[in-house]
This record gives sequence, structure tokens and C-alpha cells, in this order.
Amino acid sequence: MAQRVLACTGCHGPEGRAAPDGYYPRIAGKPAGYLYNQLLNFRDGRRSYALMTNLLAPLDDAYLREIAGHFAGLDLPYPASAPVALAPADAAAAARLVDEGDASRGLPACNACHGAAMTGTAPFVPGLLGLPRDYLNAQLGAWRNGKRVAQEPDCMAQVAKKLAPEEIGLISAWLAGRPVPAGAKPAAAFAAPMPMACGGVATSGAAGAPR
Amino acid sequence: MSWRRRVGLAGLGAIVVVAVLAGVVAWLNVRGEAPLGAPAPRVAASAEQLARGEALTRAGDCTGCHTARGGRFLAGGRAIETPFGNVFASNLTPDAETGLGRWSADEFWRALHHGRSKSGRLLYPAFPYPNYTRVSRDDADAMFAYVQSIPAVTRRNVAHTLAFPFGTQAALAIWRALYFRPAEHVDDPTRSAEWNRGAYLVEGLGHCNACHSARNALGATRGTLDLQGGLIPVQNWYAPSLASPREASVAGWPKHDVVQLLKTGIAPQGFVMGPMSDVVLNSTQHLSDADAAAMATYLQALPPPPESEPAPAETARPSARGAALYKDHCVACHGERGEGVPKAYPALAGSRAVTMRSSANLVHVVLEGGFPPSTAGNPRPFGMPPFAPVLQDADVAELLSFVRASWGNRAAPVSTLDVAKARAGRE
Repeated sequence: MAQRVLACTGCHGPEGRAAPDGYYPRIAGKPAGYLYNQLLNFRDGRRSYALMTNLLAPLDDAYLREIAGHFAGLDLPYPASAPVALAPADAAAAARLVDEGDASRGLPACNACHGAAMTGTAPFVPGLLGLPRDYLNAQLGAWRNGKRVAQEPDCMAQVAKKLAPEEIGLISAWLAGRPVPAGAKPAAAFAAPMPMACGGVATSGAAGAPR
Repeated sequence: MSWRRRVGLAGLGAIVVVAVLAGVVAWLNVRGEAPLGAPAPRVAASAEQLARGEALTRAGDCTGCHTARGGRFLAGGRAIETPFGNVFASNLTPDAETGLGRWSADEFWRALHHGRSKSGRLLYPAFPYPNYTRVSRDDADAMFAYVQSIPAVTRRNVAHTLAFPFGTQAALAIWRALYFRPAEHVDDPTRSAEWNRGAYLVEGLGHCNACHSARNALGATRGTLDLQGGLIPVQNWYAPSLASPREASVAGWPKHDVVQLLKTGIAPQGFVMGPMSDVVLNSTQHLSDADAAAMATYLQALPPPPESEPAPAETARPSARGAALYKDHCVACHGERGEGVPKAYPALAGSRAVTMRSSANLVHVVLEGGFPPSTAGNPRPFGMPPFAPVLQDADVAELLSFVRASWGNRAAPVSTLDVAKARAGRE
């Protein structure tokens, strides 16, 4: 299978470990359902990145599911996170948003869905650690301004739209600087019911339009 | 004669000329059209008719334009980019308000055969009715029965965004007067039934020449028989000549391999990429074995162009820089001698895709990468990574010039400008 998906590892790094340029994210070990949903989102135009969309255009659902399963099944160690310098007050503000959210704005804590250790929840919710700061910033920003779209209801779009741009910058920096625990794996299940409805989780098996 | 009188006469003359021309154009737009009769009562379609209609709708690759990316089947909305602006494919589902729910079989036939909508409005030839005009009435009726049987989707059509004057019915009427004539497929009695079936499919529903033929400044091809290759407008992929042995003629292939290419996207001689990947995915993989064989028979019998094109004025020379780039980025899959790996990574040595005159597709493939389509016969294709994020334009040019001049390949070099143009077009 690795020989079939060299098209992916050209940008996402050998075995999908992430590229050194700090943009193309790691895909190795991400939850299979999450990767599959993203492949569908790119192919079907909900996520907007021309290289990915053109690359995936001629591939069917079954093969995309297999490709997602291949990368999800790779168990590779994470590199050490690069430390990110944040002023103590900023770091505290970021940590509070991530760990507790902000009930006054209806913002859930990140770890309510992304796992107590923020290493994701199988099979649909990705971990938030071990990702480049630029990538996190770009994704949250894209959700906020409608450039990244997921299946309805698009819970992450709702979350990102409640965040101020400065908060997105702080959260991205703080998350990117957190160490990834040894042997990090997505949690097997949600510890408590999800605080929001998410299309990517609810419509897990949904295929695209008939093709 | 006073000057006033002269101007008056000249003006009158001009008005008469314009009126006559307008009359001729109007007549040319409706010639051969019988008036629509009273709507015939709907007859329930037979299972045979529905199955045939579905196969024909696939053969026409209707979904290639009429299904938007990620959208509902045949519900329209996809932008067809043309040099004149965007034409938005319409909703073909049987929704009464926004689709074809209120259309009659006669009106559907008139759209295919005469290029006019239910209201009589002239249709843009981005809808390939210069080809579909050759579809038989019986087949059009089967297609109509099929599209009336699919799930109705409410999705309003999007107005085209064409630059003036191309967006006007008058401009379209003039275009049609110049380039469109309703036609019927007539069997050539000197050829086999299989060849004739292939001709019917290739020239009609297959609308192969919509890409595989050059277009003039007004976007017209030289006719449905011309398959001499052309640059696809806006996308700037080169659809190679299906007749030239230097490009994509399949005259010398075993017929089985041609069928395999159409049905699976991959053959021992090579595989499809780019826009043809979509065509195989949405259309030709669904052809019946008999129809794929008929298309193959027709394509294999295409006469080669009268004069073979001259050898390139300048042949690329393998450079040390190109060789180094090849070693860094390509050799692991395509091999030391450009030999590739059968069924996985295409050979570059002796490949017509590498050596044909246009280098447009090579540049696309290196910049954007790509997969052949996943089909029943090749469900898990091997892919090529995009190098746009990794290689500078000058590097891509050096690399491709090296490939075009190595292992017996002799083709013109690729310039940095060629690469820059392709990149500017896609990013």
C-alpha cells in the first residue's frame, strides 16, 4: 500500500510523518474516520486546496477509505515539539480556553471532544498535539472565515467563529508547543457525550453523491 | 443627389442588409426543425428503456458536467470554464420547478438535436449538442426516460457569467449559423456494424472531439470527425491526437488493450491522467463490452494524418542538472533507465506521452501529480506526488528536458516559461 500512496508522502513526509516545512500536517496515526472524512471533503470541494482536490478527483470512496485506513494504522513516534515562547498571561489564557472553554460564549473545552490528553478520539476526532503552529492557525482561521467546511452540522466552524483572531493565534501557539505523550493514541471513546453535534461524527459512513 | 439623400439611402441599405442577415441567421438557427407537436401522453418507460437510457447517459458523460463536485447526481451547478466566461451546467433531475420535471420527450430531443431549451432559447455549445445532434431519437427518448426516473433535486440553475457579447442570444445565433448544423448518424455500408456503432458513439454521445480537436478563436472545432488533438481551453491540458502515431493513436495496439484502457483507465502501453481520468471514471468504464469494443474498432481505424509532423527543430540535451533532479525525485519509481514498473509507475523511455510535441501534460503531471481513476478493473491505482510545492519552474524545465532527451527519447526541450504558464493557470 505504501507504494500506491507515494503521491501523499511527497508532501506529508515519509510515511505521513509530516513535512519539515511546518505546513503539511502529519497524517500517520490520525483516526481513520477523520482521515476518510477529510479525503471526502477535499475531493467533494468542502475543503479547498486545489492540489488535494485535483489529486483525489478520480478516486472512489472505497479506495479513499482504504488510504485513510493505511495512514491511520501507522504507529510512528512523534518528534519532540518545538518550544513556543508565550508570555505567562497569554499561556494561561490559551490553557484556560483549551481546558475549560468559555461557558459564557457557549465555547466547549477542546478536550471535551479531542480526548482528555488531546490525542484525539477514535474514529472521527483528530488529536491536536504534534501539529505545526502554522497549520493549526491556518485551519482555525479557515473555519472562522468559511474556507474550511465539514459535514453539517459543522461544529468546528461554530467553535472557530466564536473565537477572536488573537485567541486563535494563542491557542495555535500553545498547542504546537505541548509535548506529545509517549505512545500517543486516540482515545477509544468519548468520556462524556459530545457538547455539540458534529456532522463528521454523526454521518460517519455517508458516502458522497452517486458517482 | 444631395448628401442628405445619399446618407439616407446608405442608411436604408445598411438596414436592409442587417435585416436580411438577421433573417438568414434566424433561419439557419431553426432549419430542419419540425414544430413540436402537442405533448404526447407520458408512457411508462420499460425496464429495457431505462437501462439503455442509463448506459447512454453514462456514454455521454452527462455527469462530468451536470454533477457538481460533491453535489447531487445530475443536479447541475458545475461551472464549465471557457475562454468567454463560465457556463453553469443545468439541473437535469426531474424536479418540476428547477429541473426537467415539466419537459416533454420532444423538448428533450430538441435540446439534444437542435440545441434549444424548453423555452426555445438557444443553448451554449459548452453543452456538446454539435455532437449530441447525432444521437438517434430512440436513444434520446431512452435517455429522457432515464433522467426522469432519477431522484428529483431542487437546485436552481445558476446564470452563466459570459463576457459581452458572448452572453447574448444574438451572438449565439451567429455562432450557430456559422458552426452548427443538425445532423444524423448515417451508417457507412462499406464498414462493419461494429465500426459504425463506434462511429456513432465517438462522434455523438462520446463527444471525443470536444477535447481531442483544436478550437478556433470562437471556440468551434473542425467537426466531429476531427480527432487530431487540441489544447483544452482554460485547463490547458493537451488532448492528444487519436490519429497520430506520434501521439495517442491506438491503431497498433491489440484491440483488447484499447478496450482495457477505456474500461479500466490502464493498459500495458500506458494509462490515463488528468481530464481523461474523469472521463474514464464517469463514462467509459461503464460502457458495455460490446460498446467499448466498437469504440476501439473505430479509433483503431482512424487514418493517420496525411503528413507526419517534422522532427523537432531543436532536440533537448540531457543536462547534469536535469540528471541530478531526476535522481533525487524520480528514479525511485521510474527507474535508472526510465523503464518504470509495469502496472504501477509508467515507463518514460519511449513513451509518447513524454515525447509528443506538446509538453503541457508533462508539466501538469509534475506540478500537480495525479492518479489514474479507481475503476472496477483497477480499483487501487498508484499515484504520482505533486511537485509544485517542491520544485522551482526552472528545475521542472530542466528535469523534463532531461527526460525528453534520455534513453532514446528525442523531443524538444521544455522551457521555464512553459512551466510558469502552467503554474499560473492552475494556482
